[in-house]
Amino acid sequence: MSVGIVSYGSYIPRYRIKVEDIARVWGEDAETLKAGLMVSEKSVPDLDEDAATIAVESARAAIENGNIDPVRIGAVYTGSESHPYAVKPTSTIVAEAISATPVMTAADFEFACKAGSATVQSCMGLTSSGMIDLGMGIGADVSQGAPGDALEYTAASGGVAFIMGDNESEPIALIEDTYSFTTDTPDFWRREGSEFPQHGGRFTGEPGYFKHVIGASKGLMEKMGTGPEDYDYAVFHQPNGKFPTRVSKELGFSRDKIEPGMVITKLGNIYSGSCMMGIAATLDQAKPGDRIFATAFGSGAGADAFSIKVTDKMEQFQKYSPKVWDQLKDPVYVDYAKYAKHKGKLKRS
Amino acid sequence: MSVVRFWRNQVNRYNLEGTHCNSCDEYFYPPRSMCPTCRREGELESHRFEGKGEIVTYTIIHSAAEGFENQSPYPLAIVKLDEGASLTSPIVADPEEMYIGMRVKPVFRKLGESGDKGMIYYGTKFAPDKND
Amino acid sequence: MRDVAIIGIKSTKFGELWDYSFRDIFVEAGLGAIKDAGISGDEINGLYVGNMSGGQFVDQEHIGALIADYSGLARNLHIPSTRVEAACASGGLALRQGVMSVASGYQDFVVAAGVEKMTDVNSAAASSALAAASDREWEGIMGATFPGLYAMIAKKHIHKYGTTSEQLADVAVKNHLNGSMNPISQYKKKITRESVFNSIMVADPLHIFDCSPITDGAAALVLAPAEVAHEYTDNPIYIKASAQASDTIALHDRRDITTLDATVAAGKRAYDMANLKPDDIDVAEVHDCFTIAEICAIEDLGFVKKGEGGKYTEDGYTAVNGQIPVNTSGGLKSCGHPVGATGVKQAVEIVHQLRGEAGKRQVENAEIGMTHNVGGSGATAVVHILSNKR
Repeated sequence: MSVGIVSYGSYIPRYRIKVEDIARVWGEDAETLKAGLMVSEKSVPDLDEDAATIAVESARAAIENGNIDPVRIGAVYTGSESHPYAVKPTSTIVAEAISATPVMTAADFEFACKAGSATVQSCMGLTSSGMIDLGMGIGADVSQGAPGDALEYTAASGGVAFIMGDNESEPIALIEDTYSFTTDTPDFWRREGSEFPQHGGRFTGEPGYFKHVIGASKGLMEKMGTGPEDYDYAVFHQPNGKFPTRVSKELGFSRDKIEPGMVITKLGNIYSGSCMMGIAATLDQAKPGDRIFATAFGSGAGADAFSIKVTDKMEQFQKYSPKVWDQLKDPVYVDYAKYAKHKGKLKRS
Repeated sequence: MSVVRFWRNQVNRYNLEGTHCNSCDEYFYPPRSMCPTCRREGELESHRFEGKGEIVTYTIIHSAAEGFENQSPYPLAIVKLDEGASLTSPIVADPEEMYIGMRVKPVFRKLGESGDKGMIYYGTKFAPDKND
Repeated sequence: MRDVAIIGIKSTKFGELWDYSFRDIFVEAGLGAIKDAGISGDEINGLYVGNMSGGQFVDQEHIGALIADYSGLARNLHIPSTRVEAACASGGLALRQGVMSVASGYQDFVVAAGVEKMTDVNSAAASSALAAASDREWEGIMGATFPGLYAMIAKKHIHKYGTTSEQLADVAVKNHLNGSMNPISQYKKKITRESVFNSIMVADPLHIFDCSPITDGAAALVLAPAEVAHEYTDNPIYIKASAQASDTIALHDRRDITTLDATVAAGKRAYDMANLKPDDIDVAEVHDCFTIAEICAIEDLGFVKKGEGGKYTEDGYTAVNGQIPVNTSGGLKSCGHPVGATGVKQAVEIVHQLRGEAGKRQVENAEIGMTHNVGGSGATAVVHILSNKR
């Protein structure tokens, strides 16, 4: 395959809430939760932010970081499970805001937490087939978690945009191959018109996350004839800190290989952008020649695995692009009341 | 504001597209189709502003404008863009951070919405530019 | 051009007039002015009515015809009636339209009136209607409120000239004192700097007591050619100048945020027309929709140097017994601000002063007075100079 990441950009809102503040409201033990989830705080959107504004900010960062002429972008796909409209694309808002319109295609994606990686795969197909020059795939969410639900401790906000292109477009990292593993598994859902998602509790673990992540990961390594030892870094979808830690161990990746991409601890789970944010944080510190193994998971359920190899264009790119971990520094903390207002859980009558 | 009326200037609001008079070299945002200095002799062309600018004056609004009730108190400012045009915008900052002369950069935000079921209006607001 | 005189005046009480409708108040003002002038309805050649937003406040347009009808000037007499609108300067503009008509010789007896009924809608709807006086698409949509725009003028004035919140408050204190002596004023309560500081913040640095209120009210004047004025009244008041100027609709497009160039231009035109100087003005009603607005007005009209309006106010220069008494009626701040009526009420007050019938707030030996009416954040300014000498 001769396709890769030409540029990427990310956006994280400046507000955070600590697990303690949520636990206090629901009478739960924060220390136990923090240890269990391996999450200490999560991002919170501003009052005037939604998945579309976050997608635009990350898309603009990707354009700027790679100094990309937006006219070259032939497709904008946004993956989210919090698209502001049920009908009317987020992607047209993004495309207009980065001036990629009008000669291009756009559509919105939804596949729980892997809608972002699905957009990346679609862009790979369009660029490698020569249908378009560059394609932009975005994962952006203002994730929903019902008040008092376990998800509320992790459901976070942020976005990542990848600009994909073929070899001619001088990628900073090549996608050596990708492999998907999909079944119909109802481990997590949100019905049309419902405010918050529902999930199968522990059913989301073995039959959901682990089966699919391991299926896709092993499948890709088998297909490519590679093993964990061939990779310098690994990233797995992060609904919490525990799942990727366990799955990486099962697959044979050492702890230090997943560490750079483990943004969950300070960011929370940004749903559609979760794995992409982990990849972005890893790319931020990868060197030319480094190989990254990444598997995104989306409930419903499916997993997309990627084998990524960093090119020598990366050194130049890293000089000017802001780093994910730097964006996680110096947050503004909010209490639960303010968080509830920011998330629209508390509504002015 | 009606959907059509907003849509007509949507690109201007998204991407700070204004106009520039070739005759007198003045920049306009919001866009003007007639140069107030050159009038008939003016030659207007569209211009995309870089977006960097400075706060000329500001206030902290406590009694909010319609649709901004949730954000009260919020800073509102007149921003002079580096090319020369000035505009009015909310500033995404804490009230205590505000000062005249502060450097700002554009951010993409929701400007408002027509209730729960209506259209959502997006556009440019400004935030402190700490790297400038 | 003919000289023009005011031969009759009337203002309703200003305030929250729950018992009275839009129709009730303009009939009261119009009829009162006609009675004061001692003319009969069939002598009237035309009506000019200032009204900012009948459409939004009482869901009624076609205000000119409505007023002619309910004033008994339509069905049999078919007297032409015209509504004029320039936001909060609508009243001043109605006066100017009347003056121009009489001065040109086109009409002889004209009623210039202003009316606004603002309390039939809730305060959110009233604020929204008022916000239409600014640039709806590029100020209102961006979260600007009217107090917000004037607060930005105040912030800049403070930054540039060292004006203080105390000086802003002093405008309110003075105008409430004046209002307490005016029988028609909405507020008759004297206030202190502390009352201002303890009132809620609307838009920093403006507290609610820095803002004019939402008011119902109407006012009317009868204009006549100066040469016949004495046939109707013993004390005609002459229009020495009528001037108007425009500026950018949005505050952000102004040359200088702290100067209302439209006020400067209208003021200059008026002084030139009357062949007078700021020093010659004995009493003035200026557009104090917010306390900062009065400070800018006395600077922009040349009563004090630019930047010194706050200091002069603090020193009592603009008090009833000061060098140049400003807003003896209580101004918009205390007398109230029924937007379309304000410009006409300003002239009513100046006529009271020049006739020497202003009671406890009478300015001694007042011969020349000025009215200054502003639309929006300064996009329209209307200035009139009146005198009791022809």
